[in-house]
Amino acid sequence: MNTQPILEVKGLHKSFADHHVLKGIDFSVKPGERVAIIGGSGSGKSTFLRCLNFMETLSEGEIWVDNERIGVEKNGRITYPEKQLCSVRERLGMVFQQFNLFPHMTVLQNVMEGLITVKGYTKQDAHAVAVRELAKVGLSEKHDAWPGRLSGGQQQRVAIARALSMEPEVLLFDEPTSSLDPELVGEVLRVINQLAEEGRTMLLVTHELGFAYHFATKVIFLADGVFHEVGTPDEVLKNPKKPRTQEFLRRFSEFAF
Amino acid sequence: MNYVPDFTIVTDNWIVLLRGLWVTIQIWLPSIIMGLCFGFAIAQARLSERKWLSRSTLVYVELFRDTPVLIQLIWFYYAFPILIGMQLSPFAAAMLGLTLNTSAYASEIFRGGIKSIHRGQMEGAKAIGMTHAQAMRRVILPQVIKRMLPALTNRTIEVAKMSSLASVISVHELMYQGRLLSSTYYRPFEILTAVAFIYFILIYPGTFLAGRLEKYLARSN
Repeated sequence: MNTQPILEVKGLHKSFADHHVLKGIDFSVKPGERVAIIGGSGSGKSTFLRCLNFMETLSEGEIWVDNERIGVEKNGRITYPEKQLCSVRERLGMVFQQFNLFPHMTVLQNVMEGLITVKGYTKQDAHAVAVRELAKVGLSEKHDAWPGRLSGGQQQRVAIARALSMEPEVLLFDEPTSSLDPELVGEVLRVINQLAEEGRTMLLVTHELGFAYHFATKVIFLADGVFHEVGTPDEVLKNPKKPRTQEFLRRFSEFAF
Repeated sequence: MNYVPDFTIVTDNWIVLLRGLWVTIQIWLPSIIMGLCFGFAIAQARLSERKWLSRSTLVYVELFRDTPVLIQLIWFYYAFPILIGMQLSPFAAAMLGLTLNTSAYASEIFRGGIKSIHRGQMEGAKAIGMTHAQAMRRVILPQVIKRMLPALTNRTIEVAKMSSLASVISVHELMYQGRLLSSTYYRPFEILTAVAFIYFILIYPGTFLAGRLEKYLARSN
């Protein structure tokens, strides 16, 4: 098995003005790994994920994708050429909490868009891929629907199909079910689970601890801008060693039945 | 009232009015098209994170929005040549004034439109590997234009009407020809009525088509 990491983070810091959110993170992902990132709101877990594909610019640190350092050093300062960032984002697909589908395009057009505009596919080729990906997320009947007419769960599945269409090496999920009605969460988690069974490499920021337990090969508890506790789902979610992690999990189970 | 209208004065001179109409179109269309393009660029500058850029374009926009168009046209004809040391033709001065004025207004329309599109749209586009320019062209602008269409239609109509102001710096457009004819024949009623009618015929099809386009674009709502 290939043990070279696909994605590596070294000494990542991120500040928003005076607010120091991420305080030195080292991290790597190997092919086939599924990492769940948990933590309180405001702990920086979404910011961490968004730094990986440069939705946020890093304040400090390095990101390596396929053993290539992202960014170019120029007069002692690191700059990020747009072309390189686009290529990184193509390789690290992202699914957002708010879906971010394009409302002026149909479901099918949403999935075809990246293939045509970014990858330069012909319409026919893009169409074939989009049809395939939409079938995978169970939305073959919705090709010509406008995103605004779909339920939140359906919209999120279109967003997953759109990310998949680009054939990313890694999928980044940023709280994909947090804005969904509870009864719609299941359909999205089932799709993500199906991707897990295909052996895809994925990072998931989530509050669904039960799903994280079943889904992940590694769980990270993020607190105060650092990886507070890292381990297997059993280690972190069932037998946490650190008091802070125990406290966080206790709050989650407070109203369990 | 015992005035008997005589519209033969209009039909006899239709070629003069037609020539004026042609000049009006020649001012109107290029200045609205260039004004929109230039306005889009200014909107980008206004939205820039570079303070010197957004502030200097703000000054530009306010200068044009807070002074009368009539003065702007006259200024470009009589005052601007003193600055650059080169005489402008009335047509060029009118074109310059209307284009820059339009760009200032259009930039505010575009800026509002771009800001009203949720940040998530830009992120959604970038997440599939689009460049900033691709995201603008494929994702942001189509939504901006849809939202801004009523305001842009309005501006286009305004410019068609504003072009009549060019008559004061003796650009031989429709209004100029109309005034010339009415003072030659002392028939302001027939001629100015005809001129107003011609402006209406010129502008109405545009508003009609824009209404249809708006409906078509609203289909994804």
